[in-house]
Amino acid sequence: MSAEFWGMGGYAVYVWGSFGAALVIYLWNVVAPHRRRRAILNRIAEAQGEE
Amino acid sequence: MSAFVALFARELKLAARAKTEWLMPPLFFVIVVTLFGFGVRPNDPQLAAFAPAILWVGALLAALLSLERLYRSDQEDGTLEQLLVSDTSLTFAVFVKSLAHWLLSGLPLVLLAAPLASMLGLPSAQFAPLVLGLALGTPCLSFIGGFVAALTVGLPRGGALLPVLVLPLIVPVVIFGAGAVRAAGQGLDAGAPLYFLAAILMFTLTVLPWLAAAALRNAFE
Amino acid sequence: MNWTWFHRLASPPSFFRFAQRLAPWLGGLGLLLLVACWFGGLVLAPADYQQKDAFRIIYVHVPAAAVSLTLYVAMAVCGAITLIWRMKLAECVLIAIAPVGASFTALALITGMLWGKPMWGAYWVWDARLTAELVLLFLYLGVVGLNGAFDDARAAARACGLLAIVGAVNVPIVHFSVDWWNSLHQGATILKFGKPNISADMAWPLYCGLLGTYLWCAAAVLRRTQNELLLRERGTRWVRELGTELDGAADVS
Repeated sequence: MSAEFWGMGGYAVYVWGSFGAALVIYLWNVVAPHRRRRAILNRIAEAQGEE
Repeated sequence: MSAFVALFARELKLAARAKTEWLMPPLFFVIVVTLFGFGVRPNDPQLAAFAPAILWVGALLAALLSLERLYRSDQEDGTLEQLLVSDTSLTFAVFVKSLAHWLLSGLPLVLLAAPLASMLGLPSAQFAPLVLGLALGTPCLSFIGGFVAALTVGLPRGGALLPVLVLPLIVPVVIFGAGAVRAAGQGLDAGAPLYFLAAILMFTLTVLPWLAAAALRNAFE
Repeated sequence: MNWTWFHRLASPPSFFRFAQRLAPWLGGLGLLLLVACWFGGLVLAPADYQQKDAFRIIYVHVPAAAVSLTLYVAMAVCGAITLIWRMKLAECVLIAIAPVGASFTALALITGMLWGKPMWGAYWVWDARLTAELVLLFLYLGVVGLNGAFDDARAAARACGLLAIVGAVNVPIVHFSVDWWNSLHQGATILKFGKPNISADMAWPLYCGLLGTYLWCAAAVLRRTQNELLLRERGTRWVRELGTELDGAADVS
């Protein structure tokens, strides 16, 4: 990966900033539902434990 | 027709009994606009340039003030349930309530606009599109706001949510309203934005009361 | 026509199992396409004549913007189904779409700003398309907020459905604004009638990115719909049985 690639013709901040933001959003859309699933299942398990 | 008169008269009677509530919006409008005047140095020409935006946003905020109460008192004293089960169409009742809201909270703003505009230094050539725009836009505010009030009636945190939900729906109205004034200021035809406002108004008058009625029914199920 | 399959699918436990099987495939295929898109877009595609390497932002900006509009339309359609037919599954999908749509609208705006700065010299202009997209973000967030304000999930979904429908007027404004008004934003390049005006070696990663992002969002919406179903039906037997089944399994997602 050459310096040219990371430099993006001087637009590095903008291009890598955009792709970085995209990475965050795409990953969030996997992680957040998963964490919510865990939370809901825990809540259900707790409620069942109380019965 | 008698249902219209009865519902409308009721709204006005209730407002007359709670005068201070209904004086708030026009007073708020005056205060907000005046504050902008205090915020700039004397005779600042920038003020005149920003006047359309200041007046429109001020009108929006003032109309928002009384929206939360639109259905709340009716919900608390049971009138809303009565309207739901009565023979009168709920859509019709919503229309009357929103119309009364405009008459009490919107129309005074339209009447106050020209004096306040001159206070901000707006050239008199732009008064007509301003007042006409507000005359078309404030009913939109009342009906759109009425829809959102119906959506959030009875919710514990509904009051805080109301402005947040109204904002995206009201954006086109503010854009065209302020745009009409600016167009006149640049010597362009203010007709196009005003026609758009009229179109939005037609849409809100016809479709929104029906949707607001659905929202009210939802609150009671 | 035999609609049994539809009624069966719409039942919460069946849909949950259906989504459980489908989501990984959608996500996996989406991931492959997105990798192809990013590699093709960052490495293989030649630099643009005018915008040089900055144009590569297109590979994240356009899919995000396209998805932000499509998801809203889907949300509004679910809203209509919710209000007309009271279909529980439509309610869950409606609620599921909102956060996904909000996140990609935000991404479209952020990448748009990062692209606008080098190209137009400004992070933001109040032109029709950008303003309408910002309004779209507020609408999505409004749906999320409204849903959270209700105690009853079904009433919440119906209210959100109404809000989604009223806000749907905004979608054509975002899409056609660049044609209707003088806009700083570039006109439509691919989603228009006639031949697309973009070269093939720049276009194929974009198509991969579009399809990949749609699949990615579909997987996310399925997962969130499952969550909604679990939450609403937490008292029922199928959820309780599922709870123990899922806890026992190694991979819970």
